[in-house]
Amino acid sequence: METLTRENNGSSTGENGRFITPAASISETADGYTLELEMPGVNKEGLDISIENNELSITGRRSPAKIEGTLIHRESRAHSYRRTFEIDPSIDMGKISARIAQGVVTLTLPKAEEVKPRKITIS
Amino acid sequence: MSLIRYQSPEMTWPAFDRWVNLRDELNNLFDLPMMGTPARQGQLFSGWTPALDLYQTADNIVAVVEVPGMRKEDINVSLHDGMLTIGGERNSSSAGEGENATRTERFQGKFRRSISLPARVDSGKVNATYKDGILTVTLPKAEDAKPKKVEVSIE
Repeated sequence: METLTRENNGSSTGENGRFITPAASISETADGYTLELEMPGVNKEGLDISIENNELSITGRRSPAKIEGTLIHRESRAHSYRRTFEIDPSIDMGKISARIAQGVVTLTLPKAEEVKPRKITIS
Repeated sequence: MSLIRYQSPEMTWPAFDRWVNLRDELNNLFDLPMMGTPARQGQLFSGWTPALDLYQTADNIVAVVEVPGMRKEDINVSLHDGMLTIGGERNSSSAGEGENATRTERFQGKFRRSISLPARVDSGKVNATYKDGILTVTLPKAEDAKPKKVEVSIE
């Protein structure tokens, strides 16, 4: 219970130059974890979530914006987003679900039944 | 590639933009709660500064702002004296809140960005859309600010 979905820095170090690390928020409840990532410009089609060797990786590719005209001021970056996390052993990997709304990816990572706190009624 | 005409340093004030930013940041500072949730490093002073891009065509000025996870109702777009201001408040996050939060990087609270527009716009025809967390504000230029082609007859 002390551990959480840890960020996996090791695997992404070589690729940091090509990807933006999206801001993430994680919260934990008795039933599982909720992970939110900010990926403005990404929709369902551009989102790729994979789990490999206990590593959860979320990649977001922007759908190209069709804006005409001359760019006169730029602060945004065109790179894709990527961030990887190590999945806590308490998480039931088969039940992970995700959705994306207005550029925010929300992942629900339920804990396996056997690790959930259980209330025992005394007869 | 365009050539930029040389201007003597006395005539321009390149730091002016930074003064505008400083003013924005100071304004934001007063809006921020002093004892908020543990926030990203440096957030106290910079708050949330969504990335803003500005495009220009012959007819329009287009501002593109990255504001993911907002509700349309919570975004305010206003125009005053050639200054476009985009503000809003985001509090709807389910993760990273309260005692259950184990990581909080997403900004919660108010933000405001102001940018002075490079041309006069018709304030009655401003149009904004919000899709995939990106706000696009299209500001049609005022008739007298559009580039005009003048035919000069040579005698």
